[in-house]
Amino acid sequence: MTGDHPHRPDAALAPPVGGEVRLDVRDLEIRIGAVGPDVVSGISFEVPAGEVLGLVGESGSGKTTVALALLGHARRGLRISAGEVRLDGTDLLQLPAGDLRAVRGARVAYVPQDPAAALNPTLKVGTQLREALRVHPGVVDDPGSRVLEVMREVRLDPTPEMMRRYPHQLSGGQQQRVGLAMAFCCRPSLIVLDEPTTGLDVSTQRHVLDTVRSLCRSYGVAAVYVSHDIAVVGGLVAEVAVMYAGRIIEIGSTSKVFGEPLHPYTRGLLAAVPSPLRAEVLTGIDGQPPRPGRRGRGCSFAARCGFAISECLARPPEPVIIEGRAVRCIRAAEIRSAHTPRPAVLSGPAVGAPAAALSVRAVSARYGRAAVLSGIELDVPPESCVAVVGESGSGKTTLARCIVGLHSNWTGEITFDGARLIPGVRGRPREVLRRVQYIFQNPYTSLNPRKTVGQIVAQPLEQLLGLPYRERSARAARVLEDVSLGDDFAGRYPDQLSGGERQRVAIARALVVEPDLLVCDEVTSALDVSVQAVIVEELRRLQRERHLAMIFITHNLALVRSIAQTAVVLRDGAVVESGPVEQILERPADPYTVRLMADVPKLAVPGQAREAGGAAAGAAAP
Amino acid sequence: MAAAAPSVPPAASARARRAGRHPWLSVVWAAMRTPRGAAGLALASLVVLIAVVGPWVAAKPPDALLTIPYAKPSGQFPLGSDFLGRDVLSRVLNGGWALLLMAAAATAFGIAVGAAAGISAAYLRGRPDSFIMRTVDVILAFPQLVFALLLLSLLGPKLWLIVLAVGLTHAPAVGRVIRSATLDISERDYVKVVELQGMRPVKVMSSEILPNLISPLMVEAGLRLTYSIVIITGLAFLGFGQAPPAANWGLMINENRSGLPLNPWAVIVPAALIALLTIGTNTFADAIARVTIGVERRPEEAVLLDDLTPRQSQ
Repeated sequence: MTGDHPHRPDAALAPPVGGEVRLDVRDLEIRIGAVGPDVVSGISFEVPAGEVLGLVGESGSGKTTVALALLGHARRGLRISAGEVRLDGTDLLQLPAGDLRAVRGARVAYVPQDPAAALNPTLKVGTQLREALRVHPGVVDDPGSRVLEVMREVRLDPTPEMMRRYPHQLSGGQQQRVGLAMAFCCRPSLIVLDEPTTGLDVSTQRHVLDTVRSLCRSYGVAAVYVSHDIAVVGGLVAEVAVMYAGRIIEIGSTSKVFGEPLHPYTRGLLAAVPSPLRAEVLTGIDGQPPRPGRRGRGCSFAARCGFAISECLARPPEPVIIEGRAVRCIRAAEIRSAHTPRPAVLSGPAVGAPAAALSVRAVSARYGRAAVLSGIELDVPPESCVAVVGESGSGKTTLARCIVGLHSNWTGEITFDGARLIPGVRGRPREVLRRVQYIFQNPYTSLNPRKTVGQIVAQPLEQLLGLPYRERSARAARVLEDVSLGDDFAGRYPDQLSGGERQRVAIARALVVEPDLLVCDEVTSALDVSVQAVIVEELRRLQRERHLAMIFITHNLALVRSIAQTAVVLRDGAVVESGPVEQILERPADPYTVRLMADVPKLAVPGQAREAGGAAAGAAAP
Repeated sequence: MAAAAPSVPPAASARARRAGRHPWLSVVWAAMRTPRGAAGLALASLVVLIAVVGPWVAAKPPDALLTIPYAKPSGQFPLGSDFLGRDVLSRVLNGGWALLLMAAAATAFGIAVGAAAGISAAYLRGRPDSFIMRTVDVILAFPQLVFALLLLSLLGPKLWLIVLAVGLTHAPAVGRVIRSATLDISERDYVKVVELQGMRPVKVMSSEILPNLISPLMVEAGLRLTYSIVIITGLAFLGFGQAPPAANWGLMINENRSGLPLNPWAVIVPAALIALLTIGTNTFADAIARVTIGVERRPEEAVLLDDLTPRQSQ
C-alpha cells in the first residue's frame, strides 16, 4: 500500500513539487448513527501538492468532523455515509481497515490541537519519534538518521540531550514541533492540522506556522489546516474554505474569499475580527448556528442573515461559481454589487478625570515561592477602560486576582476610591465587594450548572445587598434585559445556553449590584470571533452607559484598540510599557511590544476585508 | 436558597420542568432507561415488593408452631416448615421489611455523615481537613463488620444502635469519595464567584457545592445500600438484630442451616432474596455511575458535546 507511490519525492531535498492534485474530496457526508441527521454534507474540495487549504469555521460548524474524515475516521456515534476522499487517486473510504491503518501515519498524518495531550508523557522525545517510524517499517530507509533529519526540519536542535527529554520538559511551542515532527517523519502525502496553534503564544504560533508552510512547499505535501482563527488562516494559506452548519459556504483563493467575501456569513465573520490598526466598532453575528437535525430545508444561515429573502428558505443553496470561487448563496451576485460602508471608527480616547478610581502601586505577588508579579504600577481613571496585555505566564490574571482579592499573597498597595484594599476577599467590607466586580475568563466554568440564570444573577443581590426576594428578581430581570437576554432566560440552566449567552449572564451577574469597577479577565477568549465581537461591543456600551471604570485583560492586542483608552503591557510579571492605546499600538517603544505587534496575525488584505465585512455587518444588524 | 424567580413566565419554568430538571430524579431517570439500570431496578423492586406487601398477604402467622420441624413443602406449606415447625413462606413474607428499613436508614445516616465530613474537609482545608481525614483513617483500619460488632458488644444489641453503627462504618469511605469530588468542585470558578460575594463557608458548601455532588452521592448511596444489606443480614445471622421469635431473613438462615438436608427451602429462599436484592441495588448503582460519567451517553449527545466543548486558548 505504501510502497509504490508516483508522486512522493524520493530524496529528502526534492525540488518543490506543485500542481497535481494530491487530495480530492467529493460530496462527503457524515451522519449521526444509522438514520440520523447529517452533521456535514456536500463537502467537496481539492488540495494540490505543496499547498495548504484552510478550513475555517466556528465551534459546531463540523470542521473537526471533516478533518477526521480525511483520515477515514468518524467519531463515536458518527458514520461517513457518502462521498469519497481520494488521496493520490485512492479512495481512503473504500480501503479495508488493515490498509487504512497502514495509510494513517504513513501517508496521512494528523496533528492534534493540544500537543501536551497528544504526546505520551512517559516517552522521551527520541523514543516517541522512533516509535512513529517503527509502526510503519520500510517507509524510510534509515529510521535513526530520519529522526535527526525531521528534528532539523521542524527546527528543533537534535542534540542527544533534546532527544532524552520528556514532553513536560519542553515548552508548548517545542511540544507542538515534536507533534509536527511525528507527523512529517514518514514523509506523508497529506497532513491534517487540527487547530495546531490554538493555545500557543502569538510568537510561537507564527514560528510553527512558518515551519508548516515551508515543509509543505519543499516536500510537496498537501495540507489541510483547520482553524477558528481567521487571521491565522489568512496569513498562512492560499486557498480557504469557510464552513457553516456542516457545509462549505464559500471556498476559493484566500485573497478573494477574505478580500471580497460574498457569502453574508463570511462577511459577518470578517467584520467581527478586531484589527490592531484602527479602533472600530466590532460587529458580531447575532444568534447561533443551528444544530444537526434542526437545520431546516433552506439555507442554514438565513435566520441570521441580513440579506435573507423567502426563497432562501425554500431549498438549500447550491454552490454558485463567481470569480473563481464557489459560494452557497443564491444572492451572492447581488451582494457583490451591494454598497459597502466602512465600519464606524471610534473617536479618540475619552479623557477621564485625573483622580484614579483604582491605583496599583508597587504590587508584587507570589505563588508559593515563585514570584509572579514584581513592582506593578497601574492607574484606572474613573469611567475609562485600561487594557492589560501580555502573553500567557505574564502574570496578567494574577494581577486581576490580586485586585479583586482572590489571590492574597501580595505586597504593595492597591487603593480603590481612596481607600486601601486588604489582600484577601474575606476581610474586605461588603461595600468594596459590591463596587469591584470580576468577570471570569471561561463562561463554561463560572456559572453553577445546578442553578437557573435567574438564581445566578439574583444571588449577589442577596449576598451583597440583602435585598428581599421580590426585589431581587425584579432587578435580575432588568439587568438581563440590559445585556440583551430576554425574559425567558431567567428560568434556563447554563447548559441550555451558548457560550456567548453564558458570558452575558456572567456580565449581568457583575452588573446587577451596580459596581464602579469591572475587572474583565480574558472574557472573550473562550468564545467564537463573531460572538467575541458582540460581547466586546456589549461591554463597551455598558461601560459608557453605566459610567464604569474597567480593567480589560487580554492576550489579543487587536482587541485592545476596540475597547480601551489606555494599555499596559506585561511581561514576566513586570510592566514593560504603558500609555494611551494609540501610542502603544502605533509607536511601541519597548522591543517586546514591537515584537508582540509584529507577531499578531493579520488578514491578508485587511483594508478590503474590512470594507466588505462592514456591508454584511450593516445589513445583518437587527 | 431562592427558588425560581417569580418573574419567570410559566412557559419557561414548564420547559425547565419538562427537561427532567430535578437533579436527583433526572439521574435516576437516566439510569432507569439503560438496560443495566432497568434490570437492576427490576430485581431490587421485586424483592422490595415482597418485603413490603408480604406481611399483608402472608396466610399464616409467622411465629405460630403449625407442624413438625423441617416439613417438606406441601400444599398447605408451600415452602415447608422451619426448625420449630413454623410456616417458612409466611416467615419469608414477614422477614424483609425490618431489614430493608434498617438498611435504608443506615445508608442515609452514613451518606449524610460522610458527605458532611468529606465536603468540610475538602472545602475548609488545613486543620479541619487533617482532623477529619485522620479520624477516617482510624475507622477505616477496622473491617466494617468488626467495627459494627465492637460497637454493639460495647453498647448492647439495640436496633437503633445497629443502624447507627452500620451507618457510621459507611461514613469514612463515603467521606473519602466526596472529599476528592469536592476538591475538584471547590476550585471551580462559580465557587470563586460566590466567595467574591462574601458568602459564608457553610452556605457555599450547602448551596453551591452540594448540588454538584449529586452524581458521586447517588453512586455512593447505591453502593452503600448494598453493603448495608449485607452487613445487617450478617449481623442478624450472628444474632445481633431482631430477637429470635421475630422473622428475619438473616436470622432464618442461621436458625435453619442445620436442617438443610431436610428442608433446604428454609435457607435457600431468604438467602436468594438477599442475593437478588444486593445484585439489584448494585447493578442499579453501577448504571447510575455509568450514566453520570457519560459511558452510556447517547451517541448524538456525545457528538454535540464534543463539538461544543469550550476551546482552550489563553
